[in-house]
Amino acid sequence: MQTPAPVEYAKATSIADAISRLEALGEDSRPVAGGYSLIPMMKLRLARPETVVDLNGIAELRGIRVEGNELVVGAMTTHADVLSSAILFEHYPIFREAEHVIADPIVRMRGTIGGSMCQADPASDLSAVGSALRGNAVITGSSGSRTVPLREFHDGPYETVVQTGEILTELRYPIRPGAGSAYEKVERRAGDWGVCTSGVFVVVSGGVITDCGIGMAAVNADHYCAPEAEALLMGKAPTEENLAAAAAAAANEANPIADQRGPADYKRHLASELTLRALRRAVAASQGA
Amino acid sequence: MQVSVNINGVEHSRDIEPRTLLVHFIRDDLQMRGTHWGCDTSNCGACTVWVDGAPVKSCTMLAVQAEGAEVTTVEGLVKDGALDPIQEGFTECHGLQCGYCTPGMMMTGRWLVDQNPNITREEIREGISGNICRCTGYKNILDAIEYARDHANSEVSA
Repeated sequence: MQTPAPVEYAKATSIADAISRLEALGEDSRPVAGGYSLIPMMKLRLARPETVVDLNGIAELRGIRVEGNELVVGAMTTHADVLSSAILFEHYPIFREAEHVIADPIVRMRGTIGGSMCQADPASDLSAVGSALRGNAVITGSSGSRTVPLREFHDGPYETVVQTGEILTELRYPIRPGAGSAYEKVERRAGDWGVCTSGVFVVVSGGVITDCGIGMAAVNADHYCAPEAEALLMGKAPTEENLAAAAAAAANEANPIADQRGPADYKRHLASELTLRALRRAVAASQGA
Repeated sequence: MQVSVNINGVEHSRDIEPRTLLVHFIRDDLQMRGTHWGCDTSNCGACTVWVDGAPVKSCTMLAVQAEGAEVTTVEGLVKDGALDPIQEGFTECHGLQCGYCTPGMMMTGRWLVDQNPNITREEIREGISGNICRCTGYKNILDAIEYARDHANSEVSA
């Protein structure tokens, strides 16, 4: 039987209330969002907060909207709401494709995008998506909000730049007219963490790639991204040869380790193959846009 | 910590440790054993209940988080002594062997049918992907949920 260690519980009523509680309680407190990451960690005693501050009552943290040229997703927006969002799908089908292979429909009803980002699992699908899209995190503390690029959000496995007394409040993704996007994942069984995943966006204009982003999860790529592969594509025609060269470069930016999900060379092969498949589909979508 | 939860229309108040998981609150504190406790890792879905109408894996939620909420467990499916269509479906279609996954399957199945009265077999397959059965190979479970879809004439309040 797995039970968390003794813990105190507080339910926050607003962002300001959550922050003031977390600041007062200090580093032994943790905010809890959907709970499908933190509570298992507490049951395994890998996390032992003295107090959990529940964010589930804070309506202002939920919702998806367009603001200027950005898509804004509240940190407490559930996976199910991201999956079914017409706004996100219109601009970036990658969200629907990634969410469709995250956990299972019940977990997606309560699990949140912000919780997933802050868990910072090396296999986090949404971290790969966020890095591919070069999104930003809005982190709020008692002295105000700061914006951090998602490619600088993680400090390593299970570590983020969110400090004690701060919470992640929003995720922001730049809208890119004409972009195509796609997500590819190989998993051992439905809903599992990926053996390897790759998510990309591409903008093709005038016969060449004018913008792109490549994200990968579960293969230990720095900040879940492949900037050298992206550089290879910029200004190039989206030919199969060029896409394959970029996919191979992305695999070289992965540093997979062998574990129960597979040997390292297999994962590196997947990084190349899945990136190529995602690039092909994103290019086709951009050219059709 | 004092917690009050409405379960199947009845208010239950208890003084519990905040670390108490909802599944243990239901099974141990309230002695309602219809909800099963399976993998303990939010994978198997045996512990699925509804919290304010939405399915939740109750092994991965603190009972104190359900304060003020309306929880429905498998015991809440029966109305005035009459089985819910999902329960009829599992009976008519032999939707179980050992029965361990059954409460969770029924809570998920009924919710799926409520969400989409025209749900397809393929959509049901995906919908129960968070509920694991180690006996049946799922065919009869799919039949049972389809039965509930086709006989969803009685009302269940979420």
